[in-house]
Amino acid sequence: MTEASAILAIAHRDFIKLLRDRARIISSFAFPLIFIGVLGSSLQSGFGEQAGINLLVFVFTGVLGMTIWQSTAQGIISLIADREEDFSQEIFVSPISRYSIIVGKILGESLVALPQAAGILAFALVLRIPLSLDQLARIVPALLVVAVFGGAFGVIVLANLGSQRAAQQIFPFVLLPQYFLAGLFNPIGKLPLPLDILSKISPLRYAVDLTRDAYYSTTGERVPQFDAPLNLAIMAAMFVVFMVVGTFLFVRAERNR
Amino acid sequence: MIRVEDLVKRYKKAETNAVDGISFQVKAGEFFVLLGPNGAGKTTTISILTTTLSPTSGGATIDGSDIVREASAVRRKVGIIFQRPSLDQNLTAEENIRFHALLYGLYPYAPTYALMQRAYRGQVEELAGLLGIAADIHKPVRTFSGGMRRKLEIMRSLLHRPKVLFLDEPTAGLDVPTRRTLWEHLTEVRRTSGTTIFLTTHYLEEAEEADRVCIIDKGKIVSFGTPDEIKRDLVEDYVLVDATDRSALGDELARLGYATSGGAPFKVELNGHTVHSILRSIETPLSVVKTHTPTLEDAYLEIVSRGDD
Repeated sequence: MTEASAILAIAHRDFIKLLRDRARIISSFAFPLIFIGVLGSSLQSGFGEQAGINLLVFVFTGVLGMTIWQSTAQGIISLIADREEDFSQEIFVSPISRYSIIVGKILGESLVALPQAAGILAFALVLRIPLSLDQLARIVPALLVVAVFGGAFGVIVLANLGSQRAAQQIFPFVLLPQYFLAGLFNPIGKLPLPLDILSKISPLRYAVDLTRDAYYSTTGERVPQFDAPLNLAIMAAMFVVFMVVGTFLFVRAERNR
Repeated sequence: MIRVEDLVKRYKKAETNAVDGISFQVKAGEFFVLLGPNGAGKTTTISILTTTLSPTSGGATIDGSDIVREASAVRRKVGIIFQRPSLDQNLTAEENIRFHALLYGLYPYAPTYALMQRAYRGQVEELAGLLGIAADIHKPVRTFSGGMRRKLEIMRSLLHRPKVLFLDEPTAGLDVPTRRTLWEHLTEVRRTSGTTIFLTTHYLEEAEEADRVCIIDKGKIVSFGTPDEIKRDLVEDYVLVDATDRSALGDELARLGYATSGGAPFKVELNGHTVHSILRSIETPLSVVKTHTPTLEDAYLEIVSRGDD
């Protein structure tokens, strides 16, 4: 009871903060729109025919999954900002379990990610990307899974970073390679072994593939790499590892300074 | 209420202990002040007692609960005002209070103020009235003055009726009038709630009203007791005398039974005598007379600066 209320309170706070932060709302739309509108459209006009698929749609589905995943991951890392603003002291000195803090934070950041998803989906209409209600009904639950999974990834990154500065400097290096390893803009073909391994352990790849699977399952195009059950199984396994190891490391680092 | 035993904390990569084997007890309902200069180990001690930091060795209990093994029980029993404000600036005063109430499981979650239980709304209205911010309770904390934020934090920390309220330099960075009203507010809180108060400060005058004071410096306890005891303990009153005939003066002082230190010039401890009576009793012609009666502040500064050289 207490824990449930506390989890909801933490999630609620994140959502309220988003609503009051207009700059963040606008900037959270800007990047995906540039990726899809500019990169997706130019890739399609340049290489669409050779690729054999519509690259605009391909980039759109990839960026959609990536944005949600990254939004939650970054949101979790904001726990560091809270710590530096000394607000986290208020949370950490309260009697609720450390796991509840993380769960509340993931829930909150997932809620924060969803309006972004709505914005990107609306943009699809502007670009005349075909999107049926059936597809939408499959994409929304997939994005929920992706959001929660991104949160778990945030936890494991957070557990290994000491400060907001470190987070800002290191996070791009953890993130950018995954854009390519996950096949966000480029269909993954045959990769050299080292890249193949990196690509297979890249969490973003499964988040993006699950999103694509939700979109392409109604079109019959063989774009996704794996079936939804396989994606879900891998994500579930990674989720458990990230959460258990990440929370353990995070709590230990908080107390053993 | 609080029992601290041989507490030691050494931060990672540090060469010395931030807290170096301190032990003390605080009784229920007491107003306890941990006094010391910056870097003495005050915040470290408070962080350990409120379970946000692990001790390197030693331990402590709060109301019988162990700070390491029963951290969750301890957190339920304490309230804390941090050195740096811990309000969320983007939330309103009421939202900050609500967040706290939900974290401590005082009321079930509801998405808006209007949907929260009537008892909660009643409590908020009462608090707002006490703080004189009834009109601003739904405004962002960002718009509040520093002193008002502090008061709001104190109110918030008392919501779950803690047995001990920890305040880590609550008046740091506040101007004198604000400090004074905050102090009055705290006295009022003590009087009405009977909460044990554990306060750290580097202002000596804030320790004057305490039931007991513990002075720490460089992680070690320098002095402990009531403000009067501390005064007696720290303040060394003496009169310094010297004479051309030093051996005659030395003999005479010994004969009169005064406690003196070493050789000439002689430090004669007052020990309840007045300077006047001591000087009258000495017959050897004196060449030097100096009195030494420092204030508590002088004594505190002496102790604190002793380690600097």
